[in-house]
Amino acid sequence: MSSVAVQLNDIAKSFGPVKALAGLTLEIKEGELVALLGPSGCGKTTALRALAGLQDLDRGQILVGGKDITFQAANHRGMGMVFQAYSLFPHMSAQENVEYGLKLKAHKVSAEDRRKKSSELLELVGLSTHAGHYPHQMSGGQQQRVALARALAIEPKVLLLDEPLSALDAKVRIQLRDEIRRIQLEVGTTTLFVTHDQEEALGIADRVGVMRDGVLQQIAVPQELYDRPTSAFVAEFVGLTNPIRGTVSGSTVSILGSQIATLPGSVTSGEGTALVRPESIRVEADPSGSAKVVTSSFLGSVCRSIVDLADGTRITAQSASSQASVLRAGTSVRVTLDTPAVFVKSL
Amino acid sequence: MSQLTQEAITGSAARGSGYRAWRRVTPYFGVLPFLTLATLFLLWPTISVMTGAFQDSKGHFTFTSVHDVWTSSTHLAIFKNTLLLSGETALIGAILGALLSYAVATGKPDGILRRIWVSATGVLAQFGGVMLAFGFVATFGFNGFITTFVKSFAPHSFFANPSWLYGITGLAFVYCFFQIPLMFIVFLPAIDNLRPNWREASDSLGGSTWEYWRRVGIPVLTPSFLGSSLLLFANAFSAYATAASLISQGSIITPLEISGSLSSETGLANAATAKALSFGMVAVVVVVMALYTLLRRKVSKWEKS
Amino acid sequence: MKRSLGQRIWRWSILLVVTSYLALPIVAMLDFSTKVGRSKRGLYAWKAIFSQPELVGGIVTSLELAAIVIALLLFLVVPTVVWVHLKLPRLRRPLELICLLPLAIPGIVLVVGVSKIYMWLSIHWTESPLTLSAVYAMLILPYTYRSLSAALFAVDVHTLAEAARTLGASTSRTLFQIVIPTIKAGVMSALVISIALVLGEYTISSLLNYKTFQVEINLIGQNDGTIAVAVSLASLIFVLLLLLLMPTAKRHGKALLDVDAE
Repeated sequence: MSSVAVQLNDIAKSFGPVKALAGLTLEIKEGELVALLGPSGCGKTTALRALAGLQDLDRGQILVGGKDITFQAANHRGMGMVFQAYSLFPHMSAQENVEYGLKLKAHKVSAEDRRKKSSELLELVGLSTHAGHYPHQMSGGQQQRVALARALAIEPKVLLLDEPLSALDAKVRIQLRDEIRRIQLEVGTTTLFVTHDQEEALGIADRVGVMRDGVLQQIAVPQELYDRPTSAFVAEFVGLTNPIRGTVSGSTVSILGSQIATLPGSVTSGEGTALVRPESIRVEADPSGSAKVVTSSFLGSVCRSIVDLADGTRITAQSASSQASVLRAGTSVRVTLDTPAVFVKSL
Repeated sequence: MSQLTQEAITGSAARGSGYRAWRRVTPYFGVLPFLTLATLFLLWPTISVMTGAFQDSKGHFTFTSVHDVWTSSTHLAIFKNTLLLSGETALIGAILGALLSYAVATGKPDGILRRIWVSATGVLAQFGGVMLAFGFVATFGFNGFITTFVKSFAPHSFFANPSWLYGITGLAFVYCFFQIPLMFIVFLPAIDNLRPNWREASDSLGGSTWEYWRRVGIPVLTPSFLGSSLLLFANAFSAYATAASLISQGSIITPLEISGSLSSETGLANAATAKALSFGMVAVVVVVMALYTLLRRKVSKWEKS
Repeated sequence: MKRSLGQRIWRWSILLVVTSYLALPIVAMLDFSTKVGRSKRGLYAWKAIFSQPELVGGIVTSLELAAIVIALLLFLVVPTVVWVHLKLPRLRRPLELICLLPLAIPGIVLVVGVSKIYMWLSIHWTESPLTLSAVYAMLILPYTYRSLSAALFAVDVHTLAEAARTLGASTSRTLFQIVIPTIKAGVMSALVISIALVLGEYTISSLLNYKTFQVEINLIGQNDGTIAVAVSLASLIFVLLLLLLMPTAKRHGKALLDVDAE
């Protein structure tokens, strides 16, 4: 088991009446990429800035490599940071930006080593041909690559990524996301990635922590977070869910004629609302079925259907795209569930 | 094809090219009134000064007046005075104005301090000319506020004798009054454009405050600072009213010289001198403004990134 | 991040030094204009402002000039700038150059160039302030052009104009009822700057022998400095109030970019 690289112990910070962090505790292992995910105002960025030393704390302790750095100034922490956008120095070329940290007293190296390092890094982020370009001559995606190379140049103890993809176009975003992951695995730097986009978090991280109101709701590997949420908030924030009423007894819930196991943290008795993923709902054309298709849309790889159940509940189901031609509006269908477990919240 | 459409086609084809050309030209008539006014009161006067500098009294081309001015030690000394005055007040105004805008910009972005400064400098930058001259006469003139005050306990000190106010030192001192606010107005946006991200990026990469300013802050602000200083230079260089109202005798700067040769009764030779001097002034301002435009372009490129 | 003590001291000393330099003449003017004789105080100078017929005449002349300049601005400059922006994009650069030209021509130089045509016009046509106001209309072009073009680029005037046209509005209706109202803020700030500039102009009017406000202040100043100082302070306060009427302080700062102080 690799050792713990970063420890945030019960850190808290208020801005006036707003509690940005309300006792956050988090551990990041050596070489691990942890994503902090949450709606805006949940405190994820404050946590990252506190780790960078750009934000004072009211309470708590920050340890990096076992050393307490709570009161260390930002420029002594040796962390590489990539910001949302527009953080490159406008009067420096890509190469000069990457070399910036290595010119400073803190990480000073010889001009020759500097040049070598920056060339390597620009190569790593796929921009070796753009070394002489200035920020205003590069696209947003290219600027972020340079920012990444600049942060990595000082061989940071921790790499901090503050929504680095949010200002980019959808296509570039996915491409760069995969590339960040590739580079991070190659370099092996412990990384904290902050985002409000769940797909991004699930796609890139070793573990994803979901935050709300300044505390961590759940932290787990992406698959577990998606399949086995421990709270209604996590279930609803990560991925799509259909709220369907059912009766709970013990650790099973009966919905749509099936008995399904409930996840820990669910309601244990009486009526409840099960949160069911669209892909867990199976819809089959059946003239005797009690549900009706309202509309279906062909989305390329899948078919998404909106279906009215007999009791009037409207749900969204996802099936193979080949079904699109069968599940037309008005078709009578039978709806069944196909999932090992669901989370059930109180009504 | 029916008779009707046939006719319609031949009809519009017949109206063809002439009509189309007419339709293309008509919008240009819209600018005629403005163009007439601008020609009469701006373009033609400008051209007549520029060409007049190279004409003799009969309208023939000659270098005489420009040559005379260029070789006259009096004219040259005054021209140099004017350049120096503009340079000094631009420099002092730029430094103090830049420091002021930094001091104000580091305050609260919506704070009352900032709002007061933004409004006040807008007025003060415009408060040149006659009124400003009287303001300084009331302060440092013979019965001025400071003069009377200083006289009472240090009758032989610098401020006790107000004759300095009516010379080049006085002008420089007075000009700063509108230069500093002007610098504030043009430089504040540049300071506002210093992104907090840059400072944070520098900090996280291990930079000290000094290293940030040396490698990022100052280099980023330099083009704006130089551009604004050029603007201040042109501003002081073109100024006339303050000096005219403060200094009633003697021409110590070129604008005063020009007005002197315009209003004196000695006739046409002076008109040629006025034009030659004017030509020199315009040449300086045009160069300065061209440099300013170049620097602006650089800055606006950076702003886009 | 918190400010260090050194930074705070530094910041406040700058503010203090500049504020005292800028406030000093204003305080001095207040002191000077309320002095009577050697040691007494009184408001005689302030009361005397409106009993100076020349001064009142100068104010009236300057206001007349301002009115004509505003008319030229609203009915000639603004429509031309909008027209070129909408219909003649090819003329945009030349128009901009013409409008920025006064920045490169010091006022005193313009007088040298204008004096001949001015003499011709005053002999053959009119000696009214009309000629001077035409020169003033040229002087305000840089500021007018800046604030108008900023306003025109801020809203998509093209789409608006096309929408109005397809709905059946005539060209003049489109111009005066659709486009110009949408750039009202830009027009307003151009207007206020123009008024401030006309009321403060001295160079050209004095050399062309007009008796404008500033010229009269200067003349009074040769005889009675106290009244001149009182008038100067009063007009400073007036201009301050006028500029506070600006739509927003920010736009004001932008429009004033590149201003010649006189």
